Amino acid sequence: MSVLSYILIIAGGIFYATGGLGLLRMPSLYTRAQAGTKATTLGTMLTLAGVIAARPEWTLKILLIMFFIVATNPVGSSTLIRSAYRSGVKPYGQPEVDDLSGFYGKEEEQ
Amino acid sequence: MKKYISNFIVCYAVWILLAGVSVPELVLGAVVSAVLAALLWKLLNLELTWKTPFALVLFIAIYLPVFLFELVKANIDVLFRVLNPKLPINPGFVKIKTGLKTDFGKLILANSITLTPGTISVDADDESIYVHWIDVKGKDHDEYAKRISGKFENILGRMSL
Repeated sequence: MSVLSYILIIAGGIFYATGGLGLLRMPSLYTRAQAGTKATTLGTMLTLAGVIAARPEWTLKILLIMFFIVATNPVGSSTLIRSAYRSGVKPYGQPEVDDLSGFYGKEEEQ
Repeated sequence: MKKYISNFIVCYAVWILLAGVSVPELVLGAVVSAVLAALLWKLLNLELTWKTPFALVLFIAIYLPVFLFELVKANIDVLFRVLNPKLPINPGFVKIKTGLKTDFGKLILANSITLTPGTISVDADDESIYVHWIDVKGKDHDEYAKRISGKFENILGRMSL
């Protein structure tokens, strides 16, 4: 049981590490947010799964924590990206498609 | 009244999950939940019906496995993208049409898009979701929608969310 929990926690740590590396390597705020959100979500879930493997009696509470993380983490990063776009942070390079351009201007005129 | 009871049930369920089952916890939990529900029921648009438990079971049984699989795929995708020395990205903002009617359905879809490979939802209006995509692939918007939200849209549509 404890071997399984070690493996899960180390796997979680690897995802955390790549998330951090992604934050450094990605060229713009938007792409950085991508690396930050995803890696930390699975990293947290794997680490918590490791805790479940070590202490099965905490299962229900930890599942509840996982639920709250999955429900709130994407909302946070969406809000960050949305506010960045609204305040005019430039995306990386020349975007091939940009359906959002004009969306917020239109909203403010109304 | 219905909303008050719904809020009370949800608060109490969370309390029991966190505190465990024992007489003092159950009594205190009931009191706290009653107070919280009285404060919250006007703010939260939450209404449980007799169908809710079935919907919940269906959601956990069908949607969750697909979602978890996509989540793992997303993370491995990001992992290889970050570790690749060339850093293969081609970001863009894409508009995706959605047929989902309820706010809750759209919230679940937007959250799922955020947690799946290379995409973060940025904003939504009545019939579409705007998505930041790290590696735009495909020719037109139908193809984008199919690649990004096809699977989830299908399942959520069938659950009539």
